Amino acid sequence: MTVISQPPRRPSDDRLKRALREALLAGLISLGMFVLYVGLQTTQDIRNQLVLNQRWGLLAILVALAVVGRFLIVYLLGPWFAARKAAKAARAVGAEAPPQNFLRRNVGWIALLALMIFPMAMLWLVGPQKSLKWVDNYGVQILIYVMLAWGLNIVVGLAGLLDLGYVAFYAVGAYSYALLSLYFGLSFWTLLPLAGILAAFWGIILGFPVLRLRGDYLAVVTLAFGEIIRLVLINWTDVTRGTFGVTGVPKASIFGIWSFDFNAANSFGKLFDPELRRPTLNSAYKIFLFYVILAMCAITAMVTIRLRNMPIGRAWEALREDEIACRSLGINTVTTKLTAFSIGAMFGGFAGAFFAARQGFISPESFTFHESAIILAVVVLGGMGSLFGIAVAAVVMIGGTEALRELHFLKTLFGPEFTPELYRMLIFGLAMVIVMVLKPRGLVSVRNPTAFLHERKAVSSAFTKEGHG
Amino acid sequence: MEYFIQQTINGVTLGSVYGMIAIGYTMVYGIIGMINFSHGDVFMLGTFAALIMFLILTSLVAGMGVAAMLLVMMATAIVMSSLWSWVIERIAYRPLRGSFRLAPLITAIGMSIVLSNFIQVTQGPRNKPIPPMVTEVYAIAGVTISLKQILIVLITVVMMTAFWYIVTKTSLGRAQRATEQDRKMAALLGIDVDRTISITFVMGASLAGVAGTMYLMYYGVATFSDGFIPGVKAFTAAVLGGIGSLPGALLGGLLIGLIESLWSAYFSIAYKDVATFSILAIVLIFKPSGLLGRPEIEKV
Repeated sequence: MTVISQPPRRPSDDRLKRALREALLAGLISLGMFVLYVGLQTTQDIRNQLVLNQRWGLLAILVALAVVGRFLIVYLLGPWFAARKAAKAARAVGAEAPPQNFLRRNVGWIALLALMIFPMAMLWLVGPQKSLKWVDNYGVQILIYVMLAWGLNIVVGLAGLLDLGYVAFYAVGAYSYALLSLYFGLSFWTLLPLAGILAAFWGIILGFPVLRLRGDYLAVVTLAFGEIIRLVLINWTDVTRGTFGVTGVPKASIFGIWSFDFNAANSFGKLFDPELRRPTLNSAYKIFLFYVILAMCAITAMVTIRLRNMPIGRAWEALREDEIACRSLGINTVTTKLTAFSIGAMFGGFAGAFFAARQGFISPESFTFHESAIILAVVVLGGMGSLFGIAVAAVVMIGGTEALRELHFLKTLFGPEFTPELYRMLIFGLAMVIVMVLKPRGLVSVRNPTAFLHERKAVSSAFTKEGHG
Repeated sequence: MEYFIQQTINGVTLGSVYGMIAIGYTMVYGIIGMINFSHGDVFMLGTFAALIMFLILTSLVAGMGVAAMLLVMMATAIVMSSLWSWVIERIAYRPLRGSFRLAPLITAIGMSIVLSNFIQVTQGPRNKPIPPMVTEVYAIAGVTISLKQILIVLITVVMMTAFWYIVTKTSLGRAQRATEQDRKMAALLGIDVDRTISITFVMGASLAGVAGTMYLMYYGVATFSDGFIPGVKAFTAAVLGGIGSLPGALLGGLLIGLIESLWSAYFSIAYKDVATFSILAIVLIFKPSGLLGRPEIEKV
């Protein structure tokens, strides 16, 4: 449980001894940690009183895992990491990167093309009924998170402002669409930009007073604002209907030409055979939503890439690397931060409006701090600043947790009451910690500042403190 | 008037618990300049340790006195939260010392998620109620004060005095203050900086364990999600009092407790958390150094 890597200077039997000692220690510590929480379980009996349930077998398994894991880390992984690090250091600094092949250079376009044909391919492969699950649960769900994470990436990844209340802007977008369409009958395509504008407006309102704060203070204030917005949504029952949520949020239409309501005069379903109508209309709606969110993601990516090459984007990245240097070079840090904050919030608002149209039902439950943490985890795990890395992280994390529901064989392994979904957030949290400790600048890829004055230094900024080196 | 005094007593009790948790935030922030986001969940672990110990004691040892039981529960909670906090510091924070500033904050958020979900998975998501332990209530001039409220305030005073003594009078406290001022210089003068930081985490966590036991005794119920809201409120208390200052943490805790109970009494109970969070934002915007803190000078 100590340091991750130790230099392998000792002979190997000495290493074995050390590994055994460390493993034993890890076992003792984990025994102490888990003995109360895992070994004993508090459950309610029939009279609704708490009783203790003994689970020593599970405790033994966990402790054994800790012992074996620690042994392997110290005995095998430690030397391997050290050797790799030495090899990396030995390589010449600033060596030319290997030439990228066609596949690597055009990975974004290839992914976009694959996503374009994805719903049709699914429809053709598994039929309209089963394709629903793939297009909606996997495709749309993941793309919503990609969009949110790309939006948050502008704030966290590019400008280096830790925003723990990002979900507030998602909520603003969702409630803007739901309430305005219900109370005033406005359509999705009118409200989508409006939701983004409102969210950006809230970003400015919330951002303006707090942006003078230092990084971690800012994090806590944004968290507080996120919670305030959620509490207002819960308690302002006259407008938001509180915890019951807003039901019957209208569906999106194809630019007002065709509607996806079954009974509407211009229903899209009228184009199909009468007996196939209802299920086809439903999957057509999901496929339509898939393309909408795909287009929204593409716009987000395009805007981010363009902004990164503009003066404001350069200023964001400079701000992330060193705020004091930025200020001494005459960059107005307040407006720079504020633009990042409001543009990020705007994309959150777009995603929120889309979410409301897709669900047809929203409640404050969807906008808890955990949601913010998930989005942040995707941004961090993907490598802050890297669009491609974030997209991969979203596919792995969101798709992975969706796939957890499918793993029925785990039930036969761990017993019928085993619910893998419960472990979703636990795995999320662990992944956040492990990736951060092993690769502080992201699992998938690293996004260095777009503009460099000189050649890259031997020590990357990931290894130095802010404001140093 | 009686209503006001009653609410003040409730507020002071609540504020003592917040103050005890806030010490953990303020000490860690003081020494390594990091918001220990998982501290609220360490407090929750303390609550659960006390809860499980309570069940062990009631089922195995018959006829144990309430005072002895509380002491054993508190000791268990202190040991468990200290051990967890120590391990968390070793695994998640120490490897990132010297990395960019957001890195340990992100692992701290990750750890907070891990802890609350760990308890949710192992102990189940439902509320865990226990029968009341201390039931004596005294009525003085129309105001009722319960023995558990007196106990909480008393224990807070004792713990605070002990901590104040450790930090200001012992060599350990001197090492902590030296590390806080200049880590490199402290290391050169022979202070084991890593050990001092570990001890700081353990000290904060042990107070969180005490607070957890008090919380369980006062409310008689524990949930896996209990760490979040009290954690944020205690952090607010630490910021309000001036982060890095021990008396400030207690003062901030008391103020937050009072604001919360008086707000619920005179305005609306639904918006009491909004009031607390707004205070956090307002303090950070207008006086980031807090009531008793020193203003921070930015060094290049």
